Amino acid sequence: MNEHLDQLKEIRTLMERSSKFLSLSGLSGVSAGIIALFAALLVYLKKEKIVQSGTFQSLFESSITDSSIDFKIYILKVSLFTLLAALLSGFYFTLNKAKKNNQNVWNNLSKALLINLSIPLIAGGLFILGMMNHGLLWLAPSATLVFYGLALINASKYTVRDVFYLGICEIVLGVLSMFLTGFTLLFWALGFGILHILYGTIMYLKYDK
Amino acid sequence: MILEKFNKTFESKARLGIMSVLMVNDFVNFITLKELLNLTDGNLASHLRALEEASYLSFSKDFIGRKPNTIYSATIEGKVAFSDHLNALEKLIKG
Repeated sequence: MNEHLDQLKEIRTLMERSSKFLSLSGLSGVSAGIIALFAALLVYLKKEKIVQSGTFQSLFESSITDSSIDFKIYILKVSLFTLLAALLSGFYFTLNKAKKNNQNVWNNLSKALLINLSIPLIAGGLFILGMMNHGLLWLAPSATLVFYGLALINASKYTVRDVFYLGICEIVLGVLSMFLTGFTLLFWALGFGILHILYGTIMYLKYDK
Repeated sequence: MILEKFNKTFESKARLGIMSVLMVNDFVNFITLKELLNLTDGNLASHLRALEEASYLSFSKDFIGRKPNTIYSATIEGKVAFSDHLNALEKLIKG
């Protein structure tokens, strides 16, 4: 009897292992979250310096579309640096986990995962650059949340199911932030910072331990 | 009664493994199968041949650069036979 149960278990793990990329580390989520919080803080401080007066909400109000070139360049620099740092730390922890489990990182699954993640992300990145070009800087945090959420949902079929729910949460935050203007940066910090840390910790406890 | 449904072709662990992988992936190449199942070339090849003779899987050959690359996929017949086998296993466990 036990022999049959073992067989079924083995079948199940093989099905999962061969169709899902499971080396994604929870720690990469946590590190990305911390990096995002740091970036949000940088942007907030810079904006505060420029505007100088006013409440927190007025800092990112929709009416402020005439952001200075200087601020735009600063935002671009911070975004690029944040993206790079988050990707690098993500790759690092994932490589580490794969090595520990004696698994190959570069295979058909990780390729499919990366491609499916990249398409909405690159589309979103270009879309946001276009928006910034038209002076719609305040919408950028909302748009990054929505596109990132879509990317996660798109990639979730190649990895653990939790990624799908993370994607849904990011989209909800992104859409909400469009209607609660003035808080876009706060929503961004919530989505990319707090949610990543929360999700990463859950993933770590669930799969990595 | 239930034992009749037990498929002799799936008796070995390796063959169960091969079919499990092919149930959830449309195409899998030889190297990936080898890595997933931890089998030697000869061992894997003989099990693949047995499944092919039962017409549970089909394969096609092409080349990646100069290296031959064989791609396997489960036939409809193979998928039906495998899920019957799984159902029989489940029933047996539930008693």
